[in-house]
Amino acid sequence: MGTLRYAASRLLQALGLVLAVVVLNFVLVHAAPGDPVETIAGASGGMSPELMAQLRAQYGLDRSLPVQLGVYLGKVVQGDLGYSYFFNLPVTSMIAERVPATLLLVLSSVLLAFFAGTALGVLSSRKPNGWLSQFITVLSLVGFAAPVFWLGIMLVILLASVFPILPVAGMRSIDSAGGGLKDVLDVAHHLVLPTLTLSLVYLAQYSRLARSSMLDVLGSDFIRTARAKGLADRVVLYKHALRNALLPVVTVLGLQFGNVLAGAILVETVFNWPGLGRLAFESVLRRDYPTILGVLLFSSIVVVVMNQLTDLCYRFIDPRIKAS
Amino acid sequence: MPLLRLARRATLLWAALMTASSLLPLPASAAEEQPRRGGTLVIGSTQTPRHLNGAVQSGIATALPSTQIFASPLRFDDKWNPQPYLAESWKLADDGKSLTLKLRKDAVFHDGKPVTSADVAFSIMAIKANHPFTTMLGPVEKVETPDPYTAVIRMSVPHPAIVLAMSPALCPILPKHIYGDGQELKSHPRNTTDVVGSGPFRVTEFKPAQRIVLERFDKFFLAGKPYLDKVIVNVTPDMASLVLGLERGDIQMLPFATLPTDLKRFANDPKVSLTPKGYDGIGALNWLAFNTAKKPLSDVQVRKAIATAIDKNFIAKALMGGFATVSDGPLVASSPFAVPDLVRYPLDLKKAAEMLDAAGYKASANGERFKLTIDYLPGADDQQKNVAEYIRGQLKKVGIAVEVRASADFPAWAKRLASHDFDLSMDLVFNWGDPIIGVHRTYLSTNIKPIVWTNTQSYANPKVDELLNTAGGLIDPTQRKAYYATFQKIVTDELPIEFINQVPYHTIASKKVGNVPATIWGPLSPLDEVYLK
Repeated sequence: MGTLRYAASRLLQALGLVLAVVVLNFVLVHAAPGDPVETIAGASGGMSPELMAQLRAQYGLDRSLPVQLGVYLGKVVQGDLGYSYFFNLPVTSMIAERVPATLLLVLSSVLLAFFAGTALGVLSSRKPNGWLSQFITVLSLVGFAAPVFWLGIMLVILLASVFPILPVAGMRSIDSAGGGLKDVLDVAHHLVLPTLTLSLVYLAQYSRLARSSMLDVLGSDFIRTARAKGLADRVVLYKHALRNALLPVVTVLGLQFGNVLAGAILVETVFNWPGLGRLAFESVLRRDYPTILGVLLFSSIVVVVMNQLTDLCYRFIDPRIKAS
Repeated sequence: MPLLRLARRATLLWAALMTASSLLPLPASAAEEQPRRGGTLVIGSTQTPRHLNGAVQSGIATALPSTQIFASPLRFDDKWNPQPYLAESWKLADDGKSLTLKLRKDAVFHDGKPVTSADVAFSIMAIKANHPFTTMLGPVEKVETPDPYTAVIRMSVPHPAIVLAMSPALCPILPKHIYGDGQELKSHPRNTTDVVGSGPFRVTEFKPAQRIVLERFDKFFLAGKPYLDKVIVNVTPDMASLVLGLERGDIQMLPFATLPTDLKRFANDPKVSLTPKGYDGIGALNWLAFNTAKKPLSDVQVRKAIATAIDKNFIAKALMGGFATVSDGPLVASSPFAVPDLVRYPLDLKKAAEMLDAAGYKASANGERFKLTIDYLPGADDQQKNVAEYIRGQLKKVGIAVEVRASADFPAWAKRLASHDFDLSMDLVFNWGDPIIGVHRTYLSTNIKPIVWTNTQSYANPKVDELLNTAGGLIDPTQRKAYYATFQKIVTDELPIEFINQVPYHTIASKKVGNVPATIWGPLSPLDEVYLK
């Protein structure tokens, strides 16, 4: 199958997937008890039935669910994600405002998890029964098993309260004016804790994966050949073994993007990081349907695209896959 | 001694390194009486405002910033006395059907336009049409403007709540030249962007669900005020990180704190002041609501038995760490209309069991009389969930099996209450100053509606309706109080609600903050007198 035809068919699949995700999200979100007008009435400390009816009509909530879904899909096709019921702002602009924060957090976490995790995995594969390897194994088991929010809280207590070297929450200092190098450093400073928290779980996974993958490759014939040729240990390890061992790690990297995005919801909530995850979480609490659906749609597109890219990359990295 | 000095020096050095301003702690003798000008006050808040226009949105989330941005005709001191604000003087007519406001002549909006009676007239009609508190300005028919600085509010019936309704939190004066453009007021773009009022601070940044930056308005009509250069409202849904922020000095003031653990922690902190003052106007009550339309709670004896099985003192002292005070009636104790002559139900488990027997609910072989469910408002465990769990334990002792029904979030709980799908529910409801605004709604039989925070108890007593309606139309406070006294007696006797405690709202502030707000509206009033030492 040609790469182009392959890409086209994958694109079609992806579109169908996104449509299914939208419909499923719509149904699930509306299945939760309570509606946005009740929440708004609650935030107001009570409201007259006339006012509530007026709001329901204004938001189109008085129509049947299939009609609402139809209207929503019609708008989405035109690129219109609607208005937030709660904030009365366009959902697209709210998402656009929050995307950079989430991307920054997710990318920094994925990169840290990938590089540090792989490094640890390789390190521990060199002497699989040595003390360093044992230590890394224990560490990654803990990282793997600990809940993200617990890790976050522990890190906050340690690094922001007991040893107050890092800020507790937020993306910038409270009184920062924004802009300039100072701002970049300020954001970087605030990024440390959430990145550490979000990456720890994945770091553990990568280190386990890299370790077993390395051990696998190191036991294969061509490594023995390379060693027999008298190549230096370093060359064998990094040039021959690592390249091959990395393949499954890269695959997982792409597939896990969605997981990291999901993990970001927790981390953003714990650290008050003004990203998409927090927006989604708070919108659910408010039954702010357009915002929830907008964020979910956006995230599902990102995940689908990432998966497609991974598949394409995979074909590129390992030519044997094309043949099948 | 040298060791101590060394340690102190190290602390000082550490402090100097940690704070950019490197301000060393001043000796205690340099007590400042004179408010100092300048500085930034960071307020931590868990409440997310939808927008900043308090004329079309009630609730503490919007009121906190709105009262900084928009001035109102009157403000109130800590004893419920009205004070001049945009209005220099005011006169409620003897028949109670008109309120004349004489405005000061030097007030301007943030865009430089003067504040006139036209703005007042526009705002009052806008609030009447859009504000969720429909009873607040319900009787207002029109506002006359005989001259630019006189506004006469005309009402169809005597309306005593009108003076309190002129408060900053309830009556922000909007600029007519901006909001009078015919656009829908509840979704007006200027509610969020480029908000213009005539209050002490103007908005320079509003990031929804993140922060609001307010800067001193140099042409504010009260000379020399505000003292602060800047007020930042830092919005975080998580109270724990706000508390941590206050400890670290990132935040200087935390209003609406109730958690006993937080309060206990700060009560002994020499760097922090803690005050329960400033919440009389809101008048928040934590209570157990009965669905009186359902059996067996439709039987007043059953409700009384339940009340007799609950020890409010234990709740206030043990569950709330002694920071809350017990509540026995529908009005907060500080309300001018609250009376001590109420029907009370001291804890007596034996008597409670006997009452249930007498009501015909004898215990079956397994000791159980009947089953009930109890809901609670999520997100305020200290006031709600913990009390619900305690009540479950207490009622079990008298043979009532109670199932605690957790709701995932506010909308889920609100849905149950609104559709009257509950037996018992914990609830947290505000008096909002005048009983007309926040108390009548819970007891009037005409207000049994499918909406949360109405008369969801389905309580109906024609006598109570009559008392409330009459008291709501009387101008003389003494007369009014007499009607409310009878009302309070009846309601505590018929018990549509078991009143439990006054919500122990506290303002936690750094000792550096001077004039921590303590009027009846506390943090929901202009912070023009707050300063940083």
